[in-house]
Amino acid sequence: MSEISMTVNGRAVTASAASDVLLADFLRQNLDLTGTHVGCDTSQCGACVVQMDGASVKSCTILAAQAEGADIVTIEGLATNGDMHPMQKAFHDNHALQCGFCTPGMLISAIDLVSKNPDPTEAEVRKGLEGNLCRCTGYHNIVKAVLAAAQDMRG
Amino acid sequence: MKPSPFAYAKPADLAEALRLKADHGDDGTFIAGGQSLVATLNMRLSSPDILIDIGGVTELSGIEVSDGSVRIGALTRHRDLEDSPDIKTHAPLIAEAIAQVAHPAIRNRGTMGGSIAFADPAAELPACILALDGAIEIAGPDGRRKVAAGNFFKGLYDTDLGTGEMITAVEFAADSDDWRTGFDELARRHGDYAMAGLAARLRMDGDSIAEARLVYFAVGDKPMLATGAGGELAGKPLSAETIEAAAASLDSDLEPFDDLHSSAAMKLHLARELTRRVLTKIAGGAQ
Repeated sequence: MSEISMTVNGRAVTASAASDVLLADFLRQNLDLTGTHVGCDTSQCGACVVQMDGASVKSCTILAAQAEGADIVTIEGLATNGDMHPMQKAFHDNHALQCGFCTPGMLISAIDLVSKNPDPTEAEVRKGLEGNLCRCTGYHNIVKAVLAAAQDMRG
Repeated sequence: MKPSPFAYAKPADLAEALRLKADHGDDGTFIAGGQSLVATLNMRLSSPDILIDIGGVTELSGIEVSDGSVRIGALTRHRDLEDSPDIKTHAPLIAEAIAQVAHPAIRNRGTMGGSIAFADPAAELPACILALDGAIEIAGPDGRRKVAAGNFFKGLYDTDLGTGEMITAVEFAADSDDWRTGFDELARRHGDYAMAGLAARLRMDGDSIAEARLVYFAVGDKPMLATGAGGELAGKPLSAETIEAAAASLDSDLEPFDDLHSSAAMKLHLARELTRRVLTKIAGGAQ
């Protein structure tokens, strides 16, 4: 076990974890941030996507130890003072979730996508989210929500 | 699944990384982006005693272009290649290929050195480096050495890297104006490993092809340079007839084997179709 420190959702945190603990499990089990979901543990499904130093990453294929000193944002860190992030609001408005399991990863990936490409086409949204699987197959409304959020975020 | 227990070390520089690897030998594994490695650890296909995290060895990161040569540090991430104007200008083959490597969140972590060292026969970057006739720069206990890409990939996940060695960079000549390049792959879903892929570079002499380097991937145990098809193209114009002759000659260049997704015959068929698509696109015809 060793002490691992990082910033999570703007808060400095330190917790003790073994070397083989994945970032996803560190967030869920050591920090009780269970909004980050684990689907496959093999970087295929995208449910565990979080932001690390500003870029979306799959937290099931990063060791907690590798995130030492990093700045992490999870689904719990998206809203400010109870106001939903524009991407969360667009998912809400467009019914872009069914069971909700993939939603945290979808949101973080979608925010990364729009930050790199503020005015994406529908095809670019579909391509940009190809690493996030929705087993309810609710892609249609997810894509609609991302396009709506992009428009909202452009102002 | 979760990995079996291992120790973790994060060396501050290359010398310390190599010393740790020398201490642990085959029981120690370097980890860079970890995008293939951690998945194999999670599936318990691999269970090293210690991971040596080279993420802090910043001297291994970066893209340099000088004197007509491109050098990409081993720790350079796929996303950096994707965003690099230098890569777009001097290595358009990599610029085109990189968007087909896995998914955005994986490209944010995965590294050039990791992809080359892992040597998955279905991976894009090993095929690109071979098509670019590049060299792999390696550091080890006996100092540094360079190996031509053609001699580096030995077989299924097997390379010229010895125990105790690591990749520090890849190098290749920047494309001059007479090179034309194209890349495509066929996968069951976008972002999956390819069922067949082609990284192609043609050096033109006016209207005729002076040299062709066609590298196929996911159709053998390593990236395959098709010398027969290249020979068919050399000295000829890039016409529909020449393209068809190159596609036909793949019989002698490739010996694909069956895998979970496709039979050997299907892979050969896909390789021929990719030849038509990529070369036709290079010729400026319809996609």
